[in-house]
Amino acid sequence: MSLFNAIVVGLKEIWAHKFRSLLTMLGIILGVSSLIAMSALVEGMERGSREALIAVGGVEKVRIEAQPVPVEQRNLRDFATGVTLSDVYALQRSAPEVLTVSPEMRLEPQPTLSANGKVYRTWNIAGVWPVQAQIMEHTIEHGRMFTAYDDELARSVCVIGTGVRDGLFGSPEETGQDINPVGQTMNIGGSPFTIIGMFQHYESEQDRKIREVRLAEEAQKRALGLTNRVSGPKRSRGWNGNRGGSFAFRMKNNTVYLPLNSAWIKLRSGQTNLPPEPRLSEMEIKIRDISKLDLALTEIRNIMMVRHRGIEDFTLRTQEDWAEQINTFIHNARLSGGLIAGISLLVGGIGIMNIMLASISERIREIGIRKAVGAGGLDIFTQIVVESTVIAFVGGLTGLVTSYGLIHLIVSFTPTDNAPIITIGSMAFAFGASLIIGVLAGLIPALKAARMNVIQSLRYD
Amino acid sequence: MALLELRNVSKIYHLGGEEIRALDDVTLDIGIGEFCSIIGPSGSGKSTLMHILGCLDSPSKGTIKLDGTEIQKASTRELAGIRNRKIGFVFQFFNLLPKLNVVQNVELPMIYSGIGGRERRVRALKALEQVELSNRLKNRPSQLSGGQQQRVAIARALVNDPKIIFADEPTGNLDTHTGEIILALFRRLSQEGRTVILVTHNPEIAAVTPRRIEIRNGKIADKVDAKLAGLDRLPKAAGSAEPVTAPVVPSA
Repeated sequence: MSLFNAIVVGLKEIWAHKFRSLLTMLGIILGVSSLIAMSALVEGMERGSREALIAVGGVEKVRIEAQPVPVEQRNLRDFATGVTLSDVYALQRSAPEVLTVSPEMRLEPQPTLSANGKVYRTWNIAGVWPVQAQIMEHTIEHGRMFTAYDDELARSVCVIGTGVRDGLFGSPEETGQDINPVGQTMNIGGSPFTIIGMFQHYESEQDRKIREVRLAEEAQKRALGLTNRVSGPKRSRGWNGNRGGSFAFRMKNNTVYLPLNSAWIKLRSGQTNLPPEPRLSEMEIKIRDISKLDLALTEIRNIMMVRHRGIEDFTLRTQEDWAEQINTFIHNARLSGGLIAGISLLVGGIGIMNIMLASISERIREIGIRKAVGAGGLDIFTQIVVESTVIAFVGGLTGLVTSYGLIHLIVSFTPTDNAPIITIGSMAFAFGASLIIGVLAGLIPALKAARMNVIQSLRYD
Repeated sequence: MALLELRNVSKIYHLGGEEIRALDDVTLDIGIGEFCSIIGPSGSGKSTLMHILGCLDSPSKGTIKLDGTEIQKASTRELAGIRNRKIGFVFQFFNLLPKLNVVQNVELPMIYSGIGGRERRVRALKALEQVELSNRLKNRPSQLSGGQQQRVAIARALVNDPKIIFADEPTGNLDTHTGEIILALFRRLSQEGRTVILVTHNPEIAAVTPRRIEIRNGKIADKVDAKLAGLDRLPKAAGSAEPVTAPVVPSA
């Protein structure tokens, strides 16, 4: 019997028992769609985490943070110089694997920002070199980044993120317009600084889409005259947790950068009991080649250790850990989700096997007749396997379609920051798995049918 | 050379340590184009003989040659092939597949001999024409009368142009008149040159066939019981065929 005939016979058999076949397929449908849905959700999470990782400089970024002298070196505390600009210069000259270095002097305690009659507190105010904007993957939306010249002259200028603008001048959602704060004066800890630039608004793909949809809706409402303009000023309803999306983007949007010298001279030296050396809080380093990360880290560490005379008052922090964490998390999520979805697929397969066993025992006579007119064991075997595979095939195809609905259902229950992403790979995998399970589920019933004795099955009632 | 040659064929079943000889040392030749009946009371072993002759079962001892092929050595797969090409079966309970229509039922053996769809259809129609059922092609077996169902079964047996046709009580479930039509059909097939073997315990049917083989306690009876073979019912003149009273001695 040709395979084509076997498939036709299998389809007819399924059509003859529509309801039963549908119930059997349901197991496979659910298995396939849950496998795809799981994979899509994990894929979305992975995309979201990677976006956030890239937003804070990607894996090529290494950070040197000043830290207290470790306990075993406490006796050398007085010799500890801290992270200084000299370290920056040393790294620039002596470490070939280092592409760029930017010193960073965070203001501690973080000063309060005020402008436009409003006060705003943020946690990311730092004096930096202009190159910091590149290392941290910032893009200027309005105005300009300050230059080395601004730094040299310690000008009272600063560049802010949209989060700061939203806090002081109003966000586009509240005011209905994208306010450009360039040229305004902002007080940082009481000293006036001119805002000369603003970064663009950073957000995940998902947030961007949501915002665009909301803007379009509002524009439509306005066009229809549905907005209520007399409802008064917007009131704060407590902590607005979702503003600015995930933490990485929120942090990036709340940046205030000023020239390093301005931060030091105009803000930090005003505070008492600080040593004359401009101690830095961090250095942001971009390395040349991620594949040589270990070499770069060794170089940086060696240079720093020499400069600090062996006192370890700094620590190296890479984003590799973060990237690895993402990988581990994604791996675990995929494994556990895949396992559960796989089990449901397996249950579907067992359902098929069960039905095929029931089906052959009610078709004993038919099998006997087929054998009497010349069907070999292999023909019967093929027919049963094809039938179960066809059930799995149709179930798998339906599962591909219903996975779409399932994902929407899951998302409506538990909205996430990350839109699920259905990949061709996961679809192919789930479909392939359902086919394999269909074949496997057919094997035992098919073997049983193929081994049936002709005479006994002909006599069977 | 005979079409079927059985030499010292035995079929032995073991039931709880007891040995049951369903067939005991049977030697038998059936030639090409013969029209014969296998008769005997129930439990005599005639069904076993038919199963072995029809390649549905293999003997415990002895050799069988069908059209020159040694059957007792053949694998189940080869047996299926032989059943498919050389043998046609007609059963007492018709054994049609209820889910398939008439044409599909007749096409069934050809599916397993790997014949293409178009030729299958042509040959099935031809076979149905032979049994005069060309007007009921799309009906399901349940929509046909018993006689019609048996004719579909005969068409199915004929469709692969086999050398032998076995019929196991073909008229057992039919009324007398319909039974006669079916028997006439078998006689015609035999006249066309096919070997037709009827298994029956009905004397009236046995009377129709020129050769009668009686099985008694697993052995071929030396002398056919006249009553069982329906010979007593025949007018002397009508008993044209000589009753075969002894198995044909194989010509070594």
